[in-house]
Amino acid sequence: MELTRREFLKLCSASAVGVGLSQIADPRLVAAMEEAAAKKPPVIWLQGANCTGCAVSLLNTAHPTIAEVLLKIISLEYHSNVMAGSGELAFSHMEMIAERAKGKYFLLVEGAIPTKDNGIYCTIGEKDGKEATILSVLNDIGPKAAAIIAVGDCAAFGGIPAAKPNPTGCKPVSEIVNAFPNKVPLINIQGCPPHPDWLLGTIVHVLLYGLPELDDKARPKLFFGETVHQNCPNYSYFQEGKMAKKMGDKGCLIELGCKGPMSYSDCPLRKWNSGVNWCIGVNSPCIGCSSDQFPDGMMPFYSALPKDKWPKKDSEIV
Amino acid sequence: MATQKITIDPVTRIEGHLKMTVEVEDGVIKDAYSSGTMWRGIEVILKGRDPRDAGVITQRICGVCPMAHGTASILAIDDAFKVKVPDNGRIIRNLLLGANHLQSHILHFYHLAALDYVQGPDVAPFVPRYKGDYRLPKKLNDQYVAHYLQALEMRKKAHEMLAVFGGKMPPQITMVVGGVTVKPSVDKIASFLWRLREIRDFVENVYIPDVLGVAEVYADYAKIGVGHGNLLAYGGFPLDGAGKEKLFKSGRYIKGRVLVMDPAKITEDVKYSWYKDSTSGKAPFDGMTEPEPEKAGAYTWLKAPRYDDQPYEVGPLARMWVNGDYRQGISVIDRHAARALEAKKLAQVMEDWLLQLKPGELACAETKVPDSGEGMGLTEGARGALGHWIKVKGKKIENYQAVVPTTWNCGPRDDKGVRGPVEEALVGTAIADVDNPLEIVRIIRSFDPCIACAVHLIKPSGEMKKFRVI
Repeated sequence: MELTRREFLKLCSASAVGVGLSQIADPRLVAAMEEAAAKKPPVIWLQGANCTGCAVSLLNTAHPTIAEVLLKIISLEYHSNVMAGSGELAFSHMEMIAERAKGKYFLLVEGAIPTKDNGIYCTIGEKDGKEATILSVLNDIGPKAAAIIAVGDCAAFGGIPAAKPNPTGCKPVSEIVNAFPNKVPLINIQGCPPHPDWLLGTIVHVLLYGLPELDDKARPKLFFGETVHQNCPNYSYFQEGKMAKKMGDKGCLIELGCKGPMSYSDCPLRKWNSGVNWCIGVNSPCIGCSSDQFPDGMMPFYSALPKDKWPKKDSEIV
Repeated sequence: MATQKITIDPVTRIEGHLKMTVEVEDGVIKDAYSSGTMWRGIEVILKGRDPRDAGVITQRICGVCPMAHGTASILAIDDAFKVKVPDNGRIIRNLLLGANHLQSHILHFYHLAALDYVQGPDVAPFVPRYKGDYRLPKKLNDQYVAHYLQALEMRKKAHEMLAVFGGKMPPQITMVVGGVTVKPSVDKIASFLWRLREIRDFVENVYIPDVLGVAEVYADYAKIGVGHGNLLAYGGFPLDGAGKEKLFKSGRYIKGRVLVMDPAKITEDVKYSWYKDSTSGKAPFDGMTEPEPEKAGAYTWLKAPRYDDQPYEVGPLARMWVNGDYRQGISVIDRHAARALEAKKLAQVMEDWLLQLKPGELACAETKVPDSGEGMGLTEGARGALGHWIKVKGKKIENYQAVVPTTWNCGPRDDKGVRGPVEEALVGTAIADVDNPLEIVRIIRSFDPCIACAVHLIKPSGEMKKFRVI
């Protein structure tokens, strides 16, 4: 949170910090990266009851590329999927960074937090012979973060592991954070998983302008303000009453279970995987993954919303 | 000499939460304990739900290999619903699965495994790292780092390619019971094909030479991490509508012979797993998964799958071996080599599959939720043999089970005390420096573990005999 806009732009445009094949071997490049590293905000990424889909989704970022993110924008001090260190070497590094960069580092959490039986259903490391649950680590280093971002539905709202009957007592990150001894700003990035732009866009916003405008569920309005239905290319079919009757048909997919009217995201505009496609683009009903109601409130996925929950057609609005 | 204990927790650069403990005596590993440390209970969550939803939920078992679970799940639901999938649907499903294998294998070698052999720059996340046995001369080492960065773009491209038919990734959304929602069209075929060619070029000209380069410099690893030496494959990628011909045959390799695989012989033990003992030794479909986190003597959330009471390793090496495509050896290096060669095999055959698609024709059969039914779906996920089983009653899921690749590979001792594959692979390995045990992590990562997948699934039951292997 300490970079000025000028410093941030300088980092990103530093010509020495290229990612081409030949450049990486240049000793001046390595030196430039190491210098830039000193200025990049430290990030710790923890994983609870997760599937790693959110991390994989982030790897699919188009602009900036993930290489640029790792080398130019953030200093990813702890991430279990990609970091070089293993075991106690890695785990103690995480604790050291949280202490050294107290009040200055960003904590990203992927996955829900099991709380039943003292959180024994998810341990993430060991130090001095003692196992640490995600619950205890979050309580330990969370209060030292400059800001916490709950990445994905599981972290933001409980998601699939918290779905009925929630066998491990999974809770959203916010519930744990709200009980911290000190206040730490929290942002929820929903989605199962989130589009990489939503996460990176939020991080860049925080670095340049501070916290983005959030709604009552701590979600950035920038990405989650409108429903899929509001921007759907099939909207005209909905208006005309041309509904797809079976899988593979063209038309509005609401009778096949589409939860677009309940899913708050800009998928129809942003599309996925560098803009290649999106769910409704392959004739699949939206499963409503960008919502605090996912998954219980969206299931069965292939059963239509009851008629009284359908959005009003223009002609019915007075 | 005193026994020294080394614990690696977390094992990083895998998917999921894994802890490995080994006992070292006179510098050699004499025992190992593989521990999966997270449990969500997905099969408990699926009970009572609409069976069509299983394909969506089970993809979230794992974000690195959602295609594997989606495929096995949809095959099981197809079986329970008794539907026949049109050719276009079958071919697109194969393309989706193949595309994610390519993504996963590239990710595995470069972004999960390579940093055990290659030193990155001295910035996070490439530091801190173990010190010691990095053997590549600086220029060659830096070339690998450049390829690491290039591979980030290649695996992203593989997901873009998948999204052409899949909608998005991870996970995809087009696979449904009866086929896929997307209809193939010429522009989609071209869009997939040109990306496939780029990826194939990378696999053949960068990935495979890089694996061979590591194999040359770290040649001792061709004799390290052997394990029991038993290999198992369920078979995958059906080449015809009846599922009789597959790209990878089902079968197993034990004591020098390649034999038939019968899913009825699969059971899971739980003596050393955090589940009630009464559920041990059964086959899928039976009983409940009843967690018991404080059980004495148990040390993992993974169960111990066994075939005919024997432990088996699964993965690209296993299926390439059973298929006759790779029989050089079983070791750390062989696992990496078989994975890379499988990527090449898939990239080549996927081009043929693309051109078999019939644009504009049906890709999804009409289906109806049956009142009751049972189904089994067997496939080969990126990490190995994977099966899902579903029981439908009153139009709802009565029971849902899976036996997944990493459970086979990273599972614990069985009730008889016989170690699991990765545990066995570690025993007998010399450790040069207990503070920087590169040997241990190189062995573990050669299996490409995925722990979110491996925990939670239940055992096959005697009822398996009813099902043909499709």
